[in-house]
Amino acid sequence: MKEMKFEYLIEGGDFIRAGHASSDIKKILNQLNLDPAIVRRIAVSMYEAEVNVVAHAFRGVMKVNINPERILVLVEDEGPGIPDIAQAMQEGYSTASDKVREMGFGAGMGLSNMKKNTDILDIHSAINRGTVVKMTTFTKSGAS
Amino acid sequence: MSSAFHHALKIEEEVCTGCTHCIQACPTEALRVKGGKARLIAERCVDCGECMRVCPVNAIKVEEDDFTKILDFEHRVAIVPSVFIGQFARNIATRKIYSGMLEEGFTHVYEAEHGSGILIDLINKYLADHPGTRPVISSFCPAIVRLIQVRFPSLVGNLMPFKAPLDLAAISFRKKLTEQEIPEKNVGVFYITPCAAKIAAVKSPVGEETSPFNGVINMNTLYSKVFSVIKREEKSFCIVPEKEQLLPEEMEWTLTGGEARHIHGRCLSIDGISNAIEFLERLENGTLGNFDFLEMRACDKSCAGGILSSTNRFLVSERLHKRAEQYYIDKGNGKIFNNKTITLYKDYVIANASLHDIEPRSIMKLDEDMVLAMKKMQKIQKIKGYLPGIDCAACGAPGCRALAEDVVQGRARTSDCVFVAIKVKGGETMSQVAEYTEEIWGRNRFKNMLPE
Repeated sequence: MKEMKFEYLIEGGDFIRAGHASSDIKKILNQLNLDPAIVRRIAVSMYEAEVNVVAHAFRGVMKVNINPERILVLVEDEGPGIPDIAQAMQEGYSTASDKVREMGFGAGMGLSNMKKNTDILDIHSAINRGTVVKMTTFTKSGAS
Repeated sequence: MSSAFHHALKIEEEVCTGCTHCIQACPTEALRVKGGKARLIAERCVDCGECMRVCPVNAIKVEEDDFTKILDFEHRVAIVPSVFIGQFARNIATRKIYSGMLEEGFTHVYEAEHGSGILIDLINKYLADHPGTRPVISSFCPAIVRLIQVRFPSLVGNLMPFKAPLDLAAISFRKKLTEQEIPEKNVGVFYITPCAAKIAAVKSPVGEETSPFNGVINMNTLYSKVFSVIKREEKSFCIVPEKEQLLPEEMEWTLTGGEARHIHGRCLSIDGISNAIEFLERLENGTLGNFDFLEMRACDKSCAGGILSSTNRFLVSERLHKRAEQYYIDKGNGKIFNNKTITLYKDYVIANASLHDIEPRSIMKLDEDMVLAMKKMQKIQKIKGYLPGIDCAACGAPGCRALAEDVVQGRARTSDCVFVAIKVKGGETMSQVAEYTEEIWGRNRFKNMLPE
C-alpha cells in the first residue's frame, strides 16, 4: 500500500504515442495531491525521456514507482547507447537524425531539460546495448 | 472571496427531468443525478454553461439581478459588451440601441471594451518584463480562469494578472461620476452579461477583493426589453447621439483573436472549452512548442457564443466585424469624435488594473494526505475493474471512473451501478435493485413501465 508501480512500453520511432506515459503519470500525481510545480517538472522530464527513447532507441520500458517520499522514474532502452554522456548533457548537442529533426525534435535539449527538472539524474549507457536513465524527484521541495 | 464558490448556474428542480445530458457535458464532472434531479458539486463548477447549452428542458437558469434593482440608484450605468450590439440586425443603428437602453431606465451607457486599449499596453509590457513566464495565458474569460484553477493548478502562475476590460471600463466610469461630486452610494454600475461565468466573476471575484459592479443583468433579458422598445416606439422615440465610440480593435476584442492579434510574439487564440482543455493538457505535459501568449475563451466564437446570447454566434461576429469596418468609413467622412473618457483616467485605471495571485484549488486530489490519496487511488482502480466501462451514466455519475471515485469518496455505492446490482449482487432480489435505481432516478421515473 505504501508504493504504486506503473509500467509503460515505448516503441522506437513512434512519435505519435510519445508523451502518453508522462500524461498518464501527470494525472495520477495530480490525484495524489502532489505540489503542482513538482508534477509539472516530472511530466516534462518524463516526456523528454520518452522522446529520447522514441528518437534514438529501438524500444524501451518506462517504470514509475511512487511512494510518499519520492517519485522514481526508470527508463531502460535497447539502442545505440550514448558514447559520451557528459557531451550529450550539453545544451544543443544532438545526434538526432535529419528525419527526427524534421519532425521538430532533436534540438539537443532533452538531457539538459531532464537534468533541470529532476532532483537526481543518473545515466548509465553501454554502446550498442542501450541506456538506463534513473530520475528521482522528491515529493517535498527542498527534501533530500 | 473565491473560497465561497458562488455559482451563477442554478438547476430548477421543478423543471429538471433528471436526464443525463448535463452530467455528461460538464467538463469538470461537476454534476450528478440523485433523487431524479441533477445536482451540482459546487467546488467543481467553473460556470462555463455547457450544461445549460445541452439541457433539453431548459431547467438550468442563470442567477441574475432583478432588473428593477437598477432603480435603487439615482445614476444607473450600463456597462455593455459589444456583443450586445451584435444581437441586433444590422439595420438597427448603435445609437438606436443605446437610446433603447436609456429608455429602459439606464442613465448612462458605456461599452465594456473601452478598457481594452489600456490592457494591450499592460499585457505587452508584462510580457517584456517577465521573459521567464511563458506562455502567458489571458485571464479575460472567467470560465477559463476557473478551469485552470481546478483542473490545471500548475498553470495558475501563467495567468496574466490583469482585470478584464469590463472592470477597467467600470472603474473609470465610476471615477468620472464621483469626480462630478456624485456620492458613491448614488452610483449603480451594472454589467450586461453574455454568459454565466461573468456573473460568477462579479459575485465572487478571483484575484480581487471586490468587484466594481453593483449588479449583473442577463443580456437576454435586456435584449428583449430593448428590442421591444425599439419596435414599439420606432417613430416617436428620441434618438440620443453616441457620446463615445469604441475603436475598431476594441469592438472586436471579445471575438476570437481579438486579444491575441495585439500581443507581441507568438500568440494563439483558442475558443471552445474542449479545445482549451486539449491545449492546456498539452501545455502541462510540456509537449507544445514555445508560445508567448494564449488567448482562451470557453465559448465557441468567444463571447459571440455566450450562453446568454440570443442571436446566432456567426451573425453576432459578422455584425461586429462590419461595425469595425464602418468605423474606418465614418472616420474618412470625418464623423468620428474620440474624446475617450478612459484616457482621462488612464493612470487611475492602470493603478487599479492588477489582480492578486490566483490560487489553485485542485478538484483532482483524492485526499490532502498523499498516503491516503494513494490508498484511495488503489481502491478506485479496484472498483473500476468491477464496473462495465460503458459510461452509461445510469448510476447518476458521468461515467464508470467517476462512479468509482464517488464510491471511494463516500458519495455513492457500487450497487448504484445497475449492472453490478444485477450481476454481482446476485443475492439481492430484483425489487431491491429497482429500489436502488429509484433512489437515483426518482420514485416516479419508472411508474409508467408496464410489467410484461
